Amino acid sequence: MPFNIVVCIKQIIDPEMPATQFKLDKAAKRQLRDGANLVISAYDQNALEVALQLKEKAGGKVTALSLGEAGASSALKSALGMGADEAILLSDPAFLECDQFGVAHVLAAGIRKLGGYDLVLCGCVSGDWGDRMVGSLLAEELGIGCATFATRIEAVDGALILRRVVENGVERLEGKPPLVATIVSDETNTPRYPKLRDIMAAGKKTIPVWKAADLQVDAARLGAASRRAEVDDLYIPVRDSKCEVIDGETAEEKADRLALRLRELKLI
Amino acid sequence: MPGILVVTVGEGERLSRNALEVLGGASRLGGRLGEGVAAVALGERAEAAAPALIAHGSQTVYTVSSPLFKEYQAELLLAALLPVCEKAQPRIILLATDSMGGDVAPRLAHRLRGSMVSECLEMDGATGGQGLRFVRQAYGGKALAAMVPKAFPAVVTVKLRTMEPAVPQDGRTGQTVPVGVDLKAVEARTRVLDRQAEESTGIKLEDARVVVSGGRGLKGPEGFKVLGELAQLLKGAVGASRAATDAGWVPASMQVGQTGKTVAPDLYIAVGISGATQHIAGMSGAKTIVAINTDPEAPIFKLAQLGVVADYRTMLPRLLAKCRELTAG
Repeated sequence: MPFNIVVCIKQIIDPEMPATQFKLDKAAKRQLRDGANLVISAYDQNALEVALQLKEKAGGKVTALSLGEAGASSALKSALGMGADEAILLSDPAFLECDQFGVAHVLAAGIRKLGGYDLVLCGCVSGDWGDRMVGSLLAEELGIGCATFATRIEAVDGALILRRVVENGVERLEGKPPLVATIVSDETNTPRYPKLRDIMAAGKKTIPVWKAADLQVDAARLGAASRRAEVDDLYIPVRDSKCEVIDGETAEEKADRLALRLRELKLI
Repeated sequence: MPGILVVTVGEGERLSRNALEVLGGASRLGGRLGEGVAAVALGERAEAAAPALIAHGSQTVYTVSSPLFKEYQAELLLAALLPVCEKAQPRIILLATDSMGGDVAPRLAHRLRGSMVSECLEMDGATGGQGLRFVRQAYGGKALAAMVPKAFPAVVTVKLRTMEPAVPQDGRTGQTVPVGVDLKAVEARTRVLDRQAEESTGIKLEDARVVVSGGRGLKGPEGFKVLGELAQLLKGAVGASRAATDAGWVPASMQVGQTGKTVAPDLYIAVGISGATQHIAGMSGAKTIVAINTDPEAPIFKLAQLGVVADYRTMLPRLLAKCRELTAG
């Protein structure tokens, strides 16, 4: 049975940039880009992979959806290059100041406009802010069920079977579509590298942009006034530890010295 | 009416460490704000947790008991919490950032039209709610953000292993208020088919005072054997980076990191772990960090107090032997 899958992706500043290059825009209370690379949030990439694998097995369609500024279309093109069938950008000045509640409201409006969806996927954690909010909030906005921290999704007789990671083990859930699932990485969902020809084909496509006027959104849910919590301060914590390097001529010597040092520090 | 409500699920006569941490944070915040602390216990026999919750600082314990709680279900928990919140009218709702808390908190905030702060490590405020702020990590722990709620109730999930657990006090009294909720009417949209608990022998990773962790630099699952022996000698537990668990070398439950476990041991030995931001988010609370890596530029060395540039294959067996020698007798 074919599944209509929407994958919500977010373009962020590459989190794996060297820590020394990490800078904050204190006024805007966010990271300063300063020419750093932009990437699709890692767990959103895993979500795309899960969607593509499900489509390969069960048939259907994968639509990548992103809320962002105009530049986010490059992330959507990457998603197309990986194999997504369609990509839509939700972009409007009114969306810029939204918090997670506002983002979920707008994404849900985009998903409803797309219509006919069976499964909505996104990463389990926001790649920059690190919250675990948008997926669950999407489920509330759409009035559908939610499974968080899923790693694998299979289709069996029209139902979805999700494998979910919990504290000390794994759960298998059965879910009736439509459903939201947030995705965490495991050995089965490493994101595929797009083929060069698919990247080039995607590069030629125009990504449709939907603005606030194109969506059924509540103006009171958008903009700075709608934010439910404010960032009062954003700062880089000072780490005052210096690394003591344990040296030696051989690895064995280093091992001996480390053991002695740990003993000295009463850590062993 | 106590302004702070602590949510606990499946707790019994002896409270879990996670619950004690949230209660500890709640009591201290309550003290600063001049607010009382209430708790809600959800479970098959929720009343069993009431005495312990009271002894650890709850003035009121709301209980919702149902056999339906045998299977954890976000919709059931939400259906039970809404009438409790209606009764309790909390200003701040605290939950642990475990898989249940993470699931329930944003949805609870949405239904109550409140705000949410996730994975808070510090909570502050003064009498009357002035200066109420919740500090959390952002950008994988490279920055800290102090959040101020504008909408209430503020639903806050507390990052594990960052708050001092509550201590019980004899003679504390409180009231237990059972709340009846018809949970049979709740539409379950997901159903648990089965659950496989991963074998956990020995000390639990999230409680261990010593953690020996392996990463990509181990190049395969075999490397974890010597790490296991060292952990056992030091009475600790073995952890892993996301690279190692994603590669399937060790079970996912051993992952330390943003989407794995948060640990705050006295000693954290990181072997073949580069120090990616999401890993650091799970272990930056460790008191002493030792890094063993062949790459002197690995980001982990910026965090570690002790560092060794070496190949673990030659180093670890010798480290194990030397530690054995030093700790014997």
